[in-house]
Amino acid sequence: MSQVFDRRTIVVLVLLAAAAILVPAMNMLAAPGSAFHLSDHLVPLLGKYLAFALLALSVDLVWGYCGILSLGHGAFFALGGYAMGMYLMRQIGARGVYANPTLPDFMVFLNWKELPWFWYGFDWFPFAMLMVLLVPGLLAFVFGWFAFRSRVTGVYLSIITQAMTFALMLAFFRNDMGFGGNNGLTDFKDILGFPIQAASTRVVLFVASAVALAGGYLLCRWIVTSKLGKVLVAVRDAESRTRFLGYRVEHYKLAVFTLSAMLAGVAGALYVPQVGIINPGEFAPANSIEVVIWVAVGGRGTLAGAILGALVVNAGKTWFTGALPELWLFALGGLFVFVTLLMPKGILGTAEEWWERARRKPKAGVAPDALPSAAE
Amino acid sequence: MMILRDSLRALLVLLALSWASVAMAGPYEDALQKFTTDSYADTDTAIVGVASSGNPQALAVVEALRDGRLLAGAGRVVIRDASGAMTDAATGQAIAGAAPADLKPVRVNNRVRRAIEAALGSMTLMSPDAGKRLDAARAVFRSKDAAALPILDQALAQEKDATVKTILEEARAAILLSAPDISSADRIAAIGVLKARGNQDALALLSSVTGAPEVVEAAQAAAAGIRSRLELWNALQNVWYGISLGSVLLLAAIGLAITFGTMGVINMAHGEMVMIGAYTTFVVQEIIRTQMPGLFGASLFIALPLAFVVAGGIGILIERTVIRFLYGRPLETLLATWGLSLMLQQAVRSIFGPTNREVGTPAWMSGALELGGLSLTYNRIAIVIFAFGVFAALLLVMRYTSLGLFVRAVTQNRRMAGSMGIRTNRIDALAFGLGSGVAGIAGVALSQIDNVSPNLGQGYIIDSFMVVVFGGVGNLWGTLVGAMTLGIANKLLEPYAGAVLGKIVLLIAIILFIQRRPRGLFALKGRAVEA
Repeated sequence: MSQVFDRRTIVVLVLLAAAAILVPAMNMLAAPGSAFHLSDHLVPLLGKYLAFALLALSVDLVWGYCGILSLGHGAFFALGGYAMGMYLMRQIGARGVYANPTLPDFMVFLNWKELPWFWYGFDWFPFAMLMVLLVPGLLAFVFGWFAFRSRVTGVYLSIITQAMTFALMLAFFRNDMGFGGNNGLTDFKDILGFPIQAASTRVVLFVASAVALAGGYLLCRWIVTSKLGKVLVAVRDAESRTRFLGYRVEHYKLAVFTLSAMLAGVAGALYVPQVGIINPGEFAPANSIEVVIWVAVGGRGTLAGAILGALVVNAGKTWFTGALPELWLFALGGLFVFVTLLMPKGILGTAEEWWERARRKPKAGVAPDALPSAAE
Repeated sequence: MMILRDSLRALLVLLALSWASVAMAGPYEDALQKFTTDSYADTDTAIVGVASSGNPQALAVVEALRDGRLLAGAGRVVIRDASGAMTDAATGQAIAGAAPADLKPVRVNNRVRRAIEAALGSMTLMSPDAGKRLDAARAVFRSKDAAALPILDQALAQEKDATVKTILEEARAAILLSAPDISSADRIAAIGVLKARGNQDALALLSSVTGAPEVVEAAQAAAAGIRSRLELWNALQNVWYGISLGSVLLLAAIGLAITFGTMGVINMAHGEMVMIGAYTTFVVQEIIRTQMPGLFGASLFIALPLAFVVAGGIGILIERTVIRFLYGRPLETLLATWGLSLMLQQAVRSIFGPTNREVGTPAWMSGALELGGLSLTYNRIAIVIFAFGVFAALLLVMRYTSLGLFVRAVTQNRRMAGSMGIRTNRIDALAFGLGSGVAGIAGVALSQIDNVSPNLGQGYIIDSFMVVVFGGVGNLWGTLVGAMTLGIANKLLEPYAGAVLGKIVLLIAIILFIQRRPRGLFALKGRAVEA
């Protein structure tokens, strides 16, 4: 267990705990005029960043430690989000525009007479939460089972994960799918009986996101320091050799891919109540690729780096799209090129390298989660 | 030759008409007399009589009636032309002097007006102009006016033009089928004629046939025949759409196949090269429009080499500044080129604006070719031909030039090729430039069928990847087969599943296909692929 709690982990946990205490305190206790006050609209924004950080964490687990570059993790995120969205839709009840007690507004609008079978049970929170885990997990399991068993690797795997999320996007855009089509699910009223727009609910959601992120981080940390984690790194660095040594590579890959998809689903479920909408745009392949760059910016294969990258890039995005919208894509595109060319270890890896050099105490071996020279 | 034939035909028609006028002088005169009785019913009969008489004056009489210039009274019928000059309707002689006082314009009501229209339609069947006859025949087919039957028969007897004759026969059949008091044998014969026509109009007519059971049965059999024929044409049309979509995919993917094949590099900015090609076309057309409008028809030919150079140049620049530092790290290359694609999109958006820019279509590319039941638009035909042309050219380059030889060598075994003295770095740059340049000329073609906007490339990138992974890398034939298979499958699925669902089905099919053949249809064999 001591391996799990290395210095970096403790820093991450302390920072998350600090955020979970400070953000609510600054929002609710500080006087609105004071310099320490956090305005109401910033709380869900920060909560959204934490949800993205959890998503980045899940990508880092498969990409950084197992070498699977998934360009479809946005699909798992969105599926988790839809599961949460369906629960929130059912909570609206008769308060919708058409005041139908069971059918969501869009179904009434489409002239549907009864609830489709796959909406059953979503009015019950535990069931919805189960689906948040199960649906992305099942998709990842089936997809991975096919892909890893036939040894689809490298760019081919990346491309078919992209095809998967693209196909799902097209599917969810269809009205007859029963997920609100183009508009997605929105206009939520309350969650577990609490009004979703209320400041206090948002604070709770933020804290829940921080707790989920900390839990996800610990889970990932536990995996990568366990024997399973060692095998994963071996798969990443020399897949064929690991196979020849007698490990069933596809089983390891499948397990970690499925787990990662469930983490992404949880991230989506935390994201939806805080932004108040989920629509098929979340499945866009571009979103999934963007997640990968968060990980790369922060530092691939470091876990903490994924969190850092998600926070930095998204904060940058918020600032750029507000101040210089024209330049945002240049900045993001430049970031992709800059990081891959000049900072392959990301912010965290580079910073720690400097730190080590400054202390003039070069380590004897290579750190277990350091990046290999070649990605394949 | 044409003029001679036409004038000969006109002469023949005139002769026939004058012969008819001599032989049938009686009926014409009789019919004309009916105009003088000042009764709508008689006027109606008179119109039919005059129209079917074949008298050269007949058209003038009916036209005059329509315009209220036909005067009648005291046993005489007179045509007054626009200037007020009088002509005797019976003889065609001009009448000198003032109009006789006892003449009044023949009155018309709606029923008479309908008769006039029908008569005019059937009389232009005799026009010396084949185009007019064709229009008239089609009008009769639509109106199915039984009164036109005699003149139709007459026109049929004289008609020499095969196209017009077919339509006339079909019009006659349509009338026979819907008119009362026609013998079953005639109606069945008519069904046969309509069956040969075999289009939607004929189907509609045949489906509504009532009457004797044997007639209805024949009509239904014919309708079923037409239906299956139409379905066949429909399927062929879908195949054509598929080939056309496949050509678009081929154009978009073929450059990608080269870069992916040689360098194992996933170029996510490939779609933006297509977009740059399309914008090059736009700029070329803008310059032509303002500077030398006469060259507009050739604008695409001017744009082609320019697009190749511009996109190829940008491609080489990208390779030299970014991609060459990332060899051996295909996943990083994927991310870096994605970043480049975002920057290129934003650059184009900043320069040209976010909205669609209009790229014109030269006149020679508009219109459509009717081939049996198929309708092939010229711009699609041009794109199919162009795509295959580009494919053939690339095939030749890869097979018969030293660049092609080197590229193939590097594709098969990079280190071995390097050991043999091939400068693999240079080949990489050139291959990347070639792939990008081909994407650029694909953009010229796609500017004709798609919106030229900064997002143009995004729409093709996933499809192009699907084509490449489906077809397999390192072999251009794989790209061709992949593009055509996906294009045709997509269009054949569309009528059953709808456009979106069809595409989803196809994506899932490809994902499953990759499981069976992880390196695509035409995979490179040997140890090199595992490198």
